[in-house]
Amino acid sequence: MSDVNTAMVQKYRNDFLKEVEENVEEGHWVKMCMQCGVCSGSCPFGPHWDHPPQEIFMMIRAGKRDEVLTTESMWMCTSCYNCIVRCPRELPITHIMHGLANYAHRLGIAPKMNPTRRFAGIFWNNIAKTGRVNELALSLKLYFMDGFMSGIKKGLAMMSVGIGMIKTKRLNPFALISHKGVKNPKELHVLLKKAREIEDRRKGIAS
Amino acid sequence: MTDMVATNETILVVGGGISGLTAALEAAECGKNVVLVEKNPSVGGRVAQLYKYFPKLCRPSCGQEINLRRLKANKRIRLLTMAEVRNVSGTAGDYDVSITIRPRYVNDNCTACGACAQAVTTEIDDPFNYNMKKIKAAYLPYNMAYPQRYVIDPSIVGSEEASKAKAACAYDAIDLEMQEQTIAIKAGAVIWATGWRPYDAAKIQPYGYDRYPNVITSVEFERMMDPFGPTGGKILRPFDGNEAKNIAFIQCAGSRDRNHLTHCSRICCMASLKQSTYIGEQYSGDADARATIYYIDIRAIDRFEDFYRKVQADEKVHFIKSKVANITENRESGDVVLHGVDTEGYHRYDNTHDLCVLAIGMEPSVRADQIAANVSADVSGFMQMDAANGAIYGAGCATNALDVNRAVQSATAAALRAIQVVNRVSSAEA
Repeated sequence: MSDVNTAMVQKYRNDFLKEVEENVEEGHWVKMCMQCGVCSGSCPFGPHWDHPPQEIFMMIRAGKRDEVLTTESMWMCTSCYNCIVRCPRELPITHIMHGLANYAHRLGIAPKMNPTRRFAGIFWNNIAKTGRVNELALSLKLYFMDGFMSGIKKGLAMMSVGIGMIKTKRLNPFALISHKGVKNPKELHVLLKKAREIEDRRKGIAS
Repeated sequence: MTDMVATNETILVVGGGISGLTAALEAAECGKNVVLVEKNPSVGGRVAQLYKYFPKLCRPSCGQEINLRRLKANKRIRLLTMAEVRNVSGTAGDYDVSITIRPRYVNDNCTACGACAQAVTTEIDDPFNYNMKKIKAAYLPYNMAYPQRYVIDPSIVGSEEASKAKAACAYDAIDLEMQEQTIAIKAGAVIWATGWRPYDAAKIQPYGYDRYPNVITSVEFERMMDPFGPTGGKILRPFDGNEAKNIAFIQCAGSRDRNHLTHCSRICCMASLKQSTYIGEQYSGDADARATIYYIDIRAIDRFEDFYRKVQADEKVHFIKSKVANITENRESGDVVLHGVDTEGYHRYDNTHDLCVLAIGMEPSVRADQIAANVSADVSGFMQMDAANGAIYGAGCATNALDVNRAVQSATAAALRAIQVVNRVSSAEA
């Protein structure tokens, strides 16, 4: 357990709903859920969730902190927005799911090997570096995230797509040496650092 | 019709459904002059379209008969049918109202013999049966219609058909020269009882009311049970005309939903509980017949909790705590498949049913803010109690989603308020 996590456990004691309301993006909506189940029934990935959104909302209210924050469920969300569109109370369910995932990640208790979490990390590091996504570096990182052999296999499987993209100038094959970022990435880094500080201060997380 | 005299001591009642009828009768029986305006060719409103009432499961026709006797016996009520209020202006005790009266093409010589209907071959949709069947273009709105006078549909006026109807009438009751007319009357107080209409089910896209024949609304289901209704009192699937035995009810279809109606329509839970008893009535002893009610929570308002418990004990009725996410259709069989996740255990289901009934929500027929300047409406368009309304008083479902019992109470209250206004007017003028 990380220090942030321990601090949050002590701060909120048994009131997980309050913790979610104050720290999770759009978390203040959770108490508005009336348990109708339309979100869970509308989710295209529904059958693959350990706990569908409706159940997660109930678990939050029941104070099941560890179960919620360590589950892979909200990492299943593909942002199709079906749930938001159909929710009779207009809860921003998609955003809450991403908020929960992000919060669990910040606390350091999100499932370590979850592929969505790992991809999100790779993507963020990639884009934050230069301000523009380096697609070649991103693909390579993603393919090789489970080791050399599996990376080669994935690369071979995707080869025709890759060649097609190079032919139609959708992918720069020399991006590792000639990737163009934003004009002044240093300023971007300062900006991102500041944003992070503001967010941490608001949530009371000592960074 | 233009010979009618109305003064500042007259109470105008708009809408001839159960609320309007009640308000008009209560006021008239207290000695006040009443003008009762009804948009349709007959009074009775949506209550006349019901097969049974909850919770006693008795027939509305019984109460309607009593009300019609009261109406016929009372000389203080001037009934205008096929009439709509166009404009209301003025202040409490002094309103000017303009009313448009559409031509019925049948005068009061009519004996309701039906010879015109036999002569006519053109058919039109039957609004009394929610367009589930066709009727002749010369028609009596329904068996108990009052006034008991036929109507010639404007679509055939000027054609051969209308002449045939006129020729068939032995009482010289058909007058094809009738024109629409607008009259202006005075009124001291206005009771607004324009009632409700079912929410447009086609707007609830995931339920496919507009795409799947076997998804129907609760008001249509109610008409099926009527022995004189479109299916002769049998529960038949629109897809193939076969009997439906495994029936699903979806609660909050349009209600309590910020994408549709934000309010709770209040009657739908009781309506579905009531309708679930129709299945036992229709198929008693048939082990295959079953009703499944999908709900968020059952709101069997106050004393109706007993009725809910009685239905819960019925082995033909099953409850699933879940708002159905969406419906798909089996193209070959026409069966509907309901998809969702229940709240008691979070089990995913894909349940097949013969027929799905949407417990459709109520919306006001006329938004209160469209009645006249200053009339106060809530977010759903129901009329709110407000001093700014002057002497325009809401009654029944124009004020809120109400069951028949509460609508009648609300109508009586509105009548009392209106009576006080005209009493003030007459004491000032005396």
